[in-house]
Amino acid sequence: MIKFIAKRLGSGLVVLFVVSALTFTLLYTSSGSIARNILGDQATPEQVALKEQELGLDQPLVVRYFAWLGDALSGNLGASWFTSEPVANSLATRIPVTMTMVFAAMILIAICAALIGVAAAVKRGWVDRVVQVAAIVGDSIPGYVIGVFLVTLLAIQLGFFPATSTISPEAGPEAWVYSMTLPVIALLINGVTGGAQQIRSAVIKQLERDYVRTLRSRGIGEREILFKHVLRSAAPAGLTVLSLQLIGMLGGVVIIEQIFALPGMGPLAVTATGQSDLPVVMGVVMYTVVVVIVVNLLVDILNGWLNPKVRVS
Amino acid sequence: MSDSVDSAAVAAPVRTGQSGTVVRSTVVRRLLRNPMGIASLVILGSIALLAIFAPVLAPFEENFANITKTLAPADSVNILGTDSAGRDTWSRLLFGAQLTLLSALLCAGVAIAIGLPAGLIAGYYAGKFEAVSNWVVSILMSLPGLIVLLTIRAAFGPSVWISMVAFGVLISPSYFRLTRTAVQSVRNELYVDAARVSGLSDWSIIARHIFSVVRAPIIIQTAAIAGVAIAIQSGLEFLGLGDPTKATWGVMLSEGFKNVYLTPTLLLWPALAMALTIGGLVLLGNAIRDALEDGEKIKHRKKKVHAAEDAASASASKVARKTLAAVEAGTEHHLVKVTNLGVGYPQADGSIKKVVDDVSFHVDRGEILGIVGESGSGKSQTAFSILGLLPDNARIVGGTIQFDGNYTVAPGDERVNQARLSKLRGKRISYIPQEPMSNLDPAFTIGYQLVTPMVRVLGISKDEARKRALKLLTDVGIVNPERTFNAYPHEVSGGMAQRVLIAGAISCEPDLVIADEPTTALDVTVQADVLDLLRELQQRLNIGVILVTHNFGVVADLCDRVAVMQNGRLVEEGSVRDILRNPKEPYTQTLLASMLEGKTPMSMLVSSQKEPVA
Repeated sequence: MIKFIAKRLGSGLVVLFVVSALTFTLLYTSSGSIARNILGDQATPEQVALKEQELGLDQPLVVRYFAWLGDALSGNLGASWFTSEPVANSLATRIPVTMTMVFAAMILIAICAALIGVAAAVKRGWVDRVVQVAAIVGDSIPGYVIGVFLVTLLAIQLGFFPATSTISPEAGPEAWVYSMTLPVIALLINGVTGGAQQIRSAVIKQLERDYVRTLRSRGIGEREILFKHVLRSAAPAGLTVLSLQLIGMLGGVVIIEQIFALPGMGPLAVTATGQSDLPVVMGVVMYTVVVVIVVNLLVDILNGWLNPKVRVS
Repeated sequence: MSDSVDSAAVAAPVRTGQSGTVVRSTVVRRLLRNPMGIASLVILGSIALLAIFAPVLAPFEENFANITKTLAPADSVNILGTDSAGRDTWSRLLFGAQLTLLSALLCAGVAIAIGLPAGLIAGYYAGKFEAVSNWVVSILMSLPGLIVLLTIRAAFGPSVWISMVAFGVLISPSYFRLTRTAVQSVRNELYVDAARVSGLSDWSIIARHIFSVVRAPIIIQTAAIAGVAIAIQSGLEFLGLGDPTKATWGVMLSEGFKNVYLTPTLLLWPALAMALTIGGLVLLGNAIRDALEDGEKIKHRKKKVHAAEDAASASASKVARKTLAAVEAGTEHHLVKVTNLGVGYPQADGSIKKVVDDVSFHVDRGEILGIVGESGSGKSQTAFSILGLLPDNARIVGGTIQFDGNYTVAPGDERVNQARLSKLRGKRISYIPQEPMSNLDPAFTIGYQLVTPMVRVLGISKDEARKRALKLLTDVGIVNPERTFNAYPHEVSGGMAQRVLIAGAISCEPDLVIADEPTTALDVTVQADVLDLLRELQQRLNIGVILVTHNFGVVADLCDRVAVMQNGRLVEEGSVRDILRNPKEPYTQTLLASMLEGKTPMSMLVSSQKEPVA
């Protein structure tokens, strides 16, 4: 098992390296004159040259990348070209905001999607039909459109919730839950409808397996078959579904935070992208890839624990 | 629907024909009969037409701004009102449709252009290309789309086309995986081998055989991907990172959200357009999938038929139970008695397709009954109705089953009496399946799967059950029972797994064992061992056995009596000796004649037996 984890961790690091190198190359070779962008159209060529020197842009790309990598490994991701704030600091203050929201939504999605999906698979009938229709509706409306309508209806028109969710940390947990309700709902609706649908198929697939029939023939009760055997076998598929949703949510949450004016990764990423603030963009990409790698590693470990065959091979 | 089913049944070759034209035309017809399919085609068709004729239909240029008339409500000039710059919402919506649909097409096109050939090559040739592309795919799939698009935007500036090409690249793995899997499954099919042997080049094989397999899944995938592309591109524009000079639904949504306090309706139109388009695509994908699977309709209709039937049969069976509470007189001593049994599956047109029809036989204690027939003769369905393990949609359409003097299917019942059978299953009736590996849960050790039924059914302790399980494993001829006990199913061989399943079947000392082709999946040498084992156990424990098989050799070897089935009916029943020596039915004669045993070899193999064959 330790060897298995080490192997996965190793391949995760390779991915991190490859993605960082590709992103770095992409960003720094195609952005046109970065210094001119920063200084504006009025800057003289001398000023531009000076700025380029200051940012280290006169160095070859490879040298710059490895300098960045060396700094990054020691925790220094550079500083924003516009605000001069160290990227690592911005990430440190913003990641908790985003991640609490993402995890709150993910936990709710996991619970709701699993309950609804399993119920649809086992009961069939109307529950199943509702899940099918909900999946189509959920697939048709992007999460941010749901967010926009939640704000418009529940916050602006009816005034049930605050329209912007920025609150001070001292406001207490109740106010926090209150302000987070709408963004989390906007984040989770697509996840629940899509997740329930996929978990339903995974469970039905397992229920039709030969060994389930054999277990029945041995006199094992339906409940035990469902909870001990079927759900366990369907769990890897369910986990994959949820991990893909979490990864997708890292993008979706950017828009949701923008809608609800939350001081998370979203506004940072959007501002940096609009200004081509490359160190910040690099930082955002790195944070994303790290989260993805950690999530995938956790899923692999859980799957290894659930399925003895994976552990062996 | 009933037309096509009937004609297919009459013209038998059409039913089996996988020729592209027949399948395709039925798929299109099914799609057009499905309300979901029609609705999606109508929605998408109208949006496409509006987009194509946008320059004609739109009263204003997309960026024409009347700054004296901002955020105006709908009137005769601006039928949906104007935005904060005084631009006409209806015109912008039409031009937005144009750009949105084109960008979605571009994205899907790029994704297909990369994913399809890569998937074909990786699936057909495998090797290094597959390994490398799998690795690339795993990286691409692990990146959240919007974050990648933000990076692309930071690098290349705002352009719908660049971001959609990038997203196409990013999402190409979905086509890659779909194509690769389809190709892999077809690659080793016999007809592809045949094509190869007959000298067709790789590319013509791919074009002819493999492309026809992936075509439909690709259409479904494209519908889904176009929807995702629209959502993500609009999301980017909603964030204000799109091209501000272009009218798109995302830009309009963003504009609407900025003015949400003043004119909330500005939000409604682009959101509605997006939801309709994406929804239309989702529906289209689902409808095509349904048309291909032809599953949904059957389910719906079946339910209606059922409701009516349930009501009718419920009252009928109540009457029947009162009058026929006792089992058929004079048959109480039989262990199992099946009388006029019929099993059917509801079909799309509301009819019920019978797979077992008017089958009667009985089994006594200490007796082995063979049920013989070709595949599809209904022998397994008969066995499963005795066990009460028919699929959910199966119906008992006639007859009764009684076990040890009690009805498990009473006269008039539409379903097997699960309340009664769940008490019998495992304890008094048990089952040996056909395919050893798929009948053990891969996630649990063999020991666990032997011990638990004993604990549940016999109510003994785990230690006691463990002792008995080890003893059973020895009994079924496993040399190292401890090791097998602790092994997972994938760690033992097929023959060993079948022995484990036999051990499981006899673990609770049943009165009746139903063995469904217990040796078919095994090597010939192992087959003989398993049959010997079955006979030995049957004699020692004096149990009744129903042996379902297509092999008369097994019947001759093991059974006391045999029942021959064909097309769901019992054609002949009697003692093994009688039937083997003197088969009355032509079908039985054909079955016997088709056996290899006892035939005169056509070549000179006999003489070569003396010297080793090279």
